[in-house]
Amino acid sequence: MSEILVLIDHADGSVDKSSLELLTAAKSAGTPVAVFVGTAEAAQQAAPTLAEYGAERVLVASDPALTEYLVAPKAELLASLVESQQPAAVFVSASPEGREVAGRAAAKTDSGIITDAVDVTPDLVATQSVFAGGYTITGKVVKGTPFIAIKPNSISAEPSQGAGSVEEISFSPSDAAKTARIVSVEEKPASGRPNLTEAAIVVSGGRGTNGDFAPVEAFADAVGAAVGASRAAVDAGWYPHANQVGQTGKTVSPQLYVAAGISGAIQHRAGMQTSKNIVAVNKDDEAPIFELADYGVVGDLFAVLPQATDAVNARR
Amino acid sequence: MRIIAFVKYVPDAAGDRSFEDDNTVDRESDGLLSELDEYAVEEALQIVSQAGDGEVIALTVGPEDAEDAVRKALQMGAHKGVHVYDEDIEGSDALSTSKVLAAAVRKVIEDEGDVDLILTGLASTDALMSVVPVQVAELLGLPAATQASDVEVNGSTVRVRRDGDTASQYIEVALPALVSVTDQINEPRYPSFKGIMAAKKKPLEDYDLEDIDLDAAEVGEDAAYTEVIDITARPPRQAGEIVADEGEGGQQLVDWLASKKLV
Ligand SMILES: Cc1cc2nc3c(=O)[nH]c(=O)nc-3n(C[C@H](O)[C@H](O)[C@H](O)COP(=O)(O)OP(=O)(O)OC[C@H]3O[C@@H](n4cnc5c(N)ncnc54)[C@H](O)[C@@H]3O)c2cc1C
Ligand SMILES: Nc1ncnc2c1ncn2[C@@H]1O[C@H](COP(=O)(O)O)[C@@H](O)[C@H]1O
Repeated sequence: MSEILVLIDHADGSVDKSSLELLTAAKSAGTPVAVFVGTAEAAQQAAPTLAEYGAERVLVASDPALTEYLVAPKAELLASLVESQQPAAVFVSASPEGREVAGRAAAKTDSGIITDAVDVTPDLVATQSVFAGGYTITGKVVKGTPFIAIKPNSISAEPSQGAGSVEEISFSPSDAAKTARIVSVEEKPASGRPNLTEAAIVVSGGRGTNGDFAPVEAFADAVGAAVGASRAAVDAGWYPHANQVGQTGKTVSPQLYVAAGISGAIQHRAGMQTSKNIVAVNKDDEAPIFELADYGVVGDLFAVLPQATDAVNARR
Repeated sequence: MRIIAFVKYVPDAAGDRSFEDDNTVDRESDGLLSELDEYAVEEALQIVSQAGDGEVIALTVGPEDAEDAVRKALQMGAHKGVHVYDEDIEGSDALSTSKVLAAAVRKVIEDEGDVDLILTGLASTDALMSVVPVQVAELLGLPAATQASDVEVNGSTVRVRRDGDTASQYIEVALPALVSVTDQINEPRYPSFKGIMAAKKKPLEDYDLEDIDLDAAEVGEDAAYTEVIDITARPPRQAGEIVADEGEGGQQLVDWLASKKLV
């Protein structure tokens, strides 16, 4: 079976869930080969997990320059692997970085790219949802090596043991790729909540919170959810931009999305419309968000959410 | 300081968007300057005004009406406009569009002189791929700093802040470079009446493929790297269950979640 390169996202060797989803997608279309950028120690730590989810080989590139500069070195790495390994396709996560690495590598190898795929068939036909989720498109790369960026949470990761043999590869980015240097990094305090794009449940607040996210956060914590926000809430300075859901924020596709005090503007829908279940809490029974909702409560979020939080806690 | 701002003409998000029979997006009906590119134009204007001299050139690749996107940028204050249009470009996908944009940049450099910075939006509001900026950078051999929430030009370098989920990164690149900006970076100005009048007299160049020295075989639908197989309108969501809160709304909500095994 032909090989599919999968670019792995990880934090010091702990593999992102989205990468396991990519391996599962790759397994259904060929032989997954993990491309791991990081130290040899991190790779050792990650390898068993990657193998468990189907990686036959784990190619490890550990030149520090790969992570000291934005995008371009990793794109060069992928382009060189496309050349040397001749894979049937390259899968990346449809994160901002994944898209850009793949976009650049596709330009280098004169290949087509499909972004935001929610599904990929064994013959590499990708399904995308476009125009704020209003249309579903299927498409295929017809030139070069297909680069496909797959949305986190669209495919469920299934274990399927692979050999997971670790191979160090010697790769050093060219000087031309070492131009956009990351000069410093400011860590943000951790929220302790799940990662927004990977969470199974997302609870979001909008202008209707009037700046008080406490009931949103309390309900989120009761159900183990990540917290999202509408742009109105972010622009007002009530919640960080990193938590914005929508066209100019994150796209989420959880099992359950709860929108509280959010009207459901098209740009917001663009980021949450593919959620499996949608729940809305809104004072206005004509709010467009109710058109999407599988379950809606017309009411004041300051009454509904605290009661719901108590009800969840009472179930334990 | 010479800056090119990429401006894309997109269908109005508020209007009904549709596809042509050949599976390409209908770009002829009611469009406008992609809102996310207004941030690039605004940032370009601010950088030039801080530098004290220079010019902003708004560049679009698109159908005849795409001139409106350039016009809007000129009304905001851009100094010159370039509109690349050729029937043969129609149906181009990301990489082909990037090739056209890269060739157009080369032509601008040839005609107007060196360009210090290319500013683009985060993503086009219709395609939302966010790959065109990095592909253009790749094709032009330029460093790229993407998704900037803050841009600072100091002499021959530009420093960019990128806000990620767990950290903010600061990136430094030497000019000339390409930078894509987010909607967090500034507050785009509205064109003033004076700006609208002045825009009418500003130079707006039309280029076709021959002008930018690009072979028609490299672009358009036939040259596309990707092929759309099928398009279906998403079935309308099944109407959900909506209850009015009469004191039990929170409890009812959790009962429903439990019935779906979501809690
Ligand atoms: C280029 C562009 C990009 C954009 N990108 C995004 C994006 O990424 N994400 C995004 O969200 N938006 C985005 N927007 C903005 C979007 O158009 C809307 O303005 C925004 O989503 C509105 O946020 P909201 O629903 O919180 O506020 P509103 O539309 O003001 O809605 C607030 C809702 O809260 C309800 N409410 C008020 N009080 C209560 C209460 N006590 N209890 C219950 N309900 C209550 C009201 O009935 C109302 O429905 C974008 C816009 C543009 C132009
Ligand atoms: N046809 C085009 N003309 C001008 N700029 C474009 C065009 N296509 C894309 N861009 C620029 O590239 C950015 C990202 O586009 P995309 O990769 O399509 O999401 C946009 O915000 C624009 O700044």
